[in-house]
Amino acid sequence: MSGTFTKSMARNIFFGGTVFFALLFLALTFDSLQTLPKRDNRANLTPAVAAGKKVWEVNNCIGCHTLLGEGAYFAPELGNVYKRRGPEFIKAWIQAQPTGAPGRRQMPNFHLTEQQLNDLVEFLKYMSEINTANWPPNIEG
Amino acid sequence: MQYSSQAVAKPYFIAAIGLFTGQVLFGLIMGLQYIIGDFLFPAIPFNVARMVHTNLLIVWLLFGFMGAAYYMIPEETETELYSPKLALLMFWIFLVAGAATILGYLLVPYATLAQMTGNDLLETMGREFLEQPLLTKIGIVVVALAFLFNLTMTMLKGRKTSIAIVLMLGLWGLAVFFLFSFYNPHNPVLDKYFWWWVVHLWVEGVWELILGSLLAFVLIKVTGVDREVIEKWLYVIITLTLVTGIIGTGHHYFWIGTPEYWQWWGSVFSALEPIPFFAMTVFAFNMVNRRRREHPNKAATLWALGTGVMSFLGAGVWGFLHTLAPVNYYTHGTQITAAHGHMAFYGAYAMVVLCIISYAMPILRGRAANSEKAQVLEMWAFWLMTVAMVFITLFLTAAGILQVWLQRYSATPIPFMAAQDQLTIFYWLREGSGVMFLIGLLVYIASFFVGGEARKAAA
Repeated sequence: MSGTFTKSMARNIFFGGTVFFALLFLALTFDSLQTLPKRDNRANLTPAVAAGKKVWEVNNCIGCHTLLGEGAYFAPELGNVYKRRGPEFIKAWIQAQPTGAPGRRQMPNFHLTEQQLNDLVEFLKYMSEINTANWPPNIEG
Repeated sequence: MQYSSQAVAKPYFIAAIGLFTGQVLFGLIMGLQYIIGDFLFPAIPFNVARMVHTNLLIVWLLFGFMGAAYYMIPEETETELYSPKLALLMFWIFLVAGAATILGYLLVPYATLAQMTGNDLLETMGREFLEQPLLTKIGIVVVALAFLFNLTMTMLKGRKTSIAIVLMLGLWGLAVFFLFSFYNPHNPVLDKYFWWWVVHLWVEGVWELILGSLLAFVLIKVTGVDREVIEKWLYVIITLTLVTGIIGTGHHYFWIGTPEYWQWWGSVFSALEPIPFFAMTVFAFNMVNRRRREHPNKAATLWALGTGVMSFLGAGVWGFLHTLAPVNYYTHGTQITAAHGHMAFYGAYAMVVLCIISYAMPILRGRAANSEKAQVLEMWAFWLMTVAMVFITLFLTAAGILQVWLQRYSATPIPFMAAQDQLTIFYWLREGSGVMFLIGLLVYIASFFVGGEARKAAA
């Protein structure tokens, strides 16, 4: 790194390389956005799903659970929980929290209304129908 | 110090260390909740503790970056800061807003907090690391803009070194990509896609420019190696960073509904992401070996070497460990991810902030370097925290491998909680390492209060 390779050459490579790969990334993003409608289940993006997403967010569910593998690692993956447990189990489970079992991890009771529970289930159903390239490896998440 | 306006860095550094302590305490709470599930429940549920832990991390690093910039830019540009008063005002605004946000997390149910702070106007809350209420997010933008205005004005009237330019690029990038936190579409796949434009393009993109320039600045100071040489290295390193890291975003696009070609783009480019970190390690050792002076601040040199090595291990090696799509298929969202996250953040960002603090704080307190006694204590803290973090990472990795086997890979996968029950021994060992980390941090704080004969400030 001496002799003919100067700082200004390094700087030019930095700016050139960054711009090139940023543009490539934008091109790939553009292509992804064109492809997404076939994979992201948007045909089923109902107002109930949107409302369920909000219930998910304002109760900070991601602070314990993962959703498609992203989030906290304290509680089970919920991207496929609809397929693992089904709608009725999910609603009953949320309402039964916290279990109060000594020494066990506890989930708070968020006092969700029937409407909020239904919306949340719709959101989880939506998540389970996204084409995730066959992830997770099995139903346990 | 050479310019009196550099003094505004001091409160930023003090706040950073204070918030860092809070982060570690909440980390210990969560570590214990992994084992004793109902610990502190319902007073502090896990999701609240985690939000406090990760948000304090982000905020203390931002305080550290801002303090570093306020310290470095006047010296690099050879001119006083445009407005020290604005810098101090922003310090108090950021500190009060940060404290209010953390108290909000702890004292009010999150859904109520969302309602109180205008989340219904623009829904941005409840996404990992971006949990801050709308008001706080707007506050962050205001503080960042005032901060960037102040520094950019300083740059315009002074010398424009490469270190200063790279630092400003990184800081502007940080502010620009944060704007994606305001974009939260109903479509969860789109939400996730652009959420990474904040998270990934921060920590594996523009933050690395900040990391590189902080490290380069300290290396110039403690080694006396020619600026031309160091700045050339800096450009090479950040070139490697962005060339690999931008497309490397693709390693987050494997399983979230995005097209499957990302498995190739993401795997190939993120497999190259360790290279800039390796270059950084070589850089740090090379410069220290070629030093032209014996700087009295040995502790700062140790942090500079340490951040090179630990960022390579944490971000580079532990990142590579699970970044290839066929591996990530099994490890995604397990304790392996947690292991990588801990060592990468500590090695790359916590350590570089502690490095600039180690270099700048004695000078801000009117001496070239701390006393021998204080430096020895600081170096003890370095080793205690760093070794503790190595153990945290190793134990989480062990837990992760076992978790992957039990829950994902074996012929008879078991449910999440059944798998967690089998990991308890590793969680205990991790918690023990966490206590060691806290002891290291307390030793670090104590090193600021140790007397002894300090070296006088350079004339």
